Amino acid sequence: MITLNHYLIVSGMLFALGLAGVVARRNIIIVFMCLEMMLSAANLALIGFSRFNITDGLPDYTAQSLVFFTITVAAAEVAVGLAIIVALFRAKQSVEVESVTRLQG
Amino acid sequence: MPSLLFYLFAAITLGFGLLVVTARNPVTSALSLAMSFVGLAALFIGLDAYFLGILQILVYAGAVMVLFLFIIMLLDIKAEEGKQLNLVPIIGGIALAAMLALQIAGVAGLFEGGKTAIDDAPIATQTALEAMGKDVLPTIRGDLEEGRLPDAKLMGVVLFRDYIFHLQAMGLLLLVGTVGVVVLSKRDDTPTTKAG
Repeated sequence: MITLNHYLIVSGMLFALGLAGVVARRNIIIVFMCLEMMLSAANLALIGFSRFNITDGLPDYTAQSLVFFTITVAAAEVAVGLAIIVALFRAKQSVEVESVTRLQG
Repeated sequence: MPSLLFYLFAAITLGFGLLVVTARNPVTSALSLAMSFVGLAALFIGLDAYFLGILQILVYAGAVMVLFLFIIMLLDIKAEEGKQLNLVPIIGGIALAAMLALQIAGVAGLFEGGKTAIDDAPIATQTALEAMGKDVLPTIRGDLEEGRLPDAKLMGVVLFRDYIFHLQAMGLLLLVGTVGVVVLSKRDDTPTTKAG
């Protein structure tokens, strides 16, 4: 029997995978993909809560509209982020995180 | 949603998610991420969020992943073949992720509300019809009377009635994003008149 906890644990594991990728990987594009994965994991938790919070026989559509807005923001974020990566590649000829150390002090 | 399908799609989502993190070749990572998003969309649909499931496939697995692949191929990024792994970030990442996953599992185990099975919280279209009363669009009423869940229509009502300002703010955000991308990717090779 599938409970809300099943969905929450899948969501948490997906988020943890994304976090591991963000910390461990050196390729900025893969770091960025892992960020998208973390956003989607949060969406899964939101939709899970929405489905299990039945009010008047229907799922909670406020949570689902929050997911809609998250997807929109993520799409805009991807566009801007990839443009920044392209600009960075032009300046440094590399997409490794080690190549950007000017602010390291 | 039958249990078997849940486990199948959860396995697809997490398995390909793991491949995103571990693959050496960025193209493999991007295609695995698309596959992971398809599994996630199936989980959304299993939670009766049909509209968002389709949106996840259209926006993420479609548009966003095409953009990622386009950039990977445009910049011609090679797989990190000959490079040695530096162990400190990898061990740190695994430890951090394991701690977070354990913590979430612990919190979920203590969360009493999370123990409701999906069959114990059924969608009741008749109850919804009675709760909505007279003030309901005819198309939604028709669907509910036939026992179907008008998912996209209800989303539309919430978005355009309750969150219309936020929706317009999103439109502005997308416009600003577009302008930002154009500004960022404009090559700065026009001869500028420098002062002094």
